[in-house]
Amino acid sequence: MNKGLKSHIIKSLGTGIRGDGRSLEDYREITIEKGVSSTAEGSARVKIGDTEVIVGVKLSIDKPFSDRPDEGIVMVGTELLAMSSPEFESGPPSIWSIEIARVTDRGIRESKSIDVKALCITPGEKVWLVSVDICTLNDDGNILDAASLGALAALQDVRLPKVEDNLVNYKEKTDEKLPLQKLPIGVTVLKVGNEFIVDPTSEEEKMADSRLTITSMEDGHICAMQKGGDTPITAEDVEKMVELSIKKSAELRRLLE
Amino acid sequence: MMVYNKRNDGRAFDETRDIEAKAGVIKRADGSAYFRIGKTAAYAAVYGPRDLFPRFMQNPKRGVLRCNYNMMPFSGMGERVRPGANRRAKEISMVTEKALSPVLDLDSFPNAVVDVYIELPQTDAGSRCAGICAASIALADAGLDMKDMVAAVSAGIVDGSVLIDLDYKEEAHEEGGVADIPVAMIPSTGEISLLQMDGVISKENLKKAIAMVKTACIKINEAQKKALKDKYICDVQNCDGDKK
Repeated sequence: MNKGLKSHIIKSLGTGIRGDGRSLEDYREITIEKGVSSTAEGSARVKIGDTEVIVGVKLSIDKPFSDRPDEGIVMVGTELLAMSSPEFESGPPSIWSIEIARVTDRGIRESKSIDVKALCITPGEKVWLVSVDICTLNDDGNILDAASLGALAALQDVRLPKVEDNLVNYKEKTDEKLPLQKLPIGVTVLKVGNEFIVDPTSEEEKMADSRLTITSMEDGHICAMQKGGDTPITAEDVEKMVELSIKKSAELRRLLE
Repeated sequence: MMVYNKRNDGRAFDETRDIEAKAGVIKRADGSAYFRIGKTAAYAAVYGPRDLFPRFMQNPKRGVLRCNYNMMPFSGMGERVRPGANRRAKEISMVTEKALSPVLDLDSFPNAVVDVYIELPQTDAGSRCAGICAASIALADAGLDMKDMVAAVSAGIVDGSVLIDLDYKEEAHEEGGVADIPVAMIPSTGEISLLQMDGVISKENLKKAIAMVKTACIKINEAQKKALKDKYICDVQNCDGDKK
């Protein structure tokens, strides 16, 4: 990015106002809509400003891992659809798409948000496999937070399909929900110059020096982190970023309750 | 003997499912649209004309139209669909290119490519047709020179009855016999730019089915045109697309 423009933007961030009029700690308007795909067992659309993702959850019956015979399996995938940005290409998943999937997966897994033991049907033989797929429709920054929010909303929306003779009947859903015990919310904080911002637009993402995604739970404990960007951060930075993300995660969690 | 004399969802034989069409739904794209027919929904985004790489793929005389049809992993009626292109998706992408290119002026952008991405969040049969309908609106929304839009719908026969816009249940009907014929049409001329078929049908019934498609495509085309007009009315009034 143009150096002059960057120093100009950093200077104006110092006044506490961003290019679109938001303060440094403001999210854009967020809308969450559940049940947006009739073929998924659970689904949600999340819009953060002009960023939009659709998340769908499919359930199937699978064999458990041999070292965890009595636990169901949760898998998270991300499709950065070429539709959603001129910078994305179709083809095998890019490293950015893998990173988003893994960071979202870690938040859900490490918080023990889903009671995987309750997803066991026959120990050692049959368990539920929960596949969460995050698809981007429009990328205007902060896909990471939209993905985390969308994944949880879609998981909340899940109704288990009917099982007949050990086969899934996808045409009929039961009233049974997924055993969700916690709502781990990912908040990404960006460091630009000496300022910290949340919910970056695509343009802001490009000028950031570093980013830290922090996923935290209702009790304020952190269950996943991921540092990105090319510039290192100090321990004091981490403290400030954690503080900010936990504060914002409480706001975002309210949208899911 | 005709057994399927009343459709599962109560539609008349020449009646399509309800249609929703919207233009300009994806901000980053040069043109975009959403098209839903019953429970089959398609998004389409257009990027370009833009430079085509690798360079050897460029054509100095004509532009290239490149379509990419993709089902989201959770959009199938049964199990999860593995992400990435399979043989079916590749074939549909190819026939979609053939369906759309006759209305475009490819000569006007030599060496360049227009990319059309079609994504399906949910399907209930007829997804390639819904994709073509969405893509047409998106191409027009991108401001490309076009002779007309392309409308598409499937027709067919279910247990002796010729009908239009089969849903999944009808496609999977077990008794009698089923033929499914996706057709894309240029409404102003009645020309057909996509025609495929699965199943068995007599030539008399095929004629009947294509006649049904023609009427339905005119109706679909009205919805496509309205979607484009609505976007610009909204732009002028500076209001949100949803409120209109």
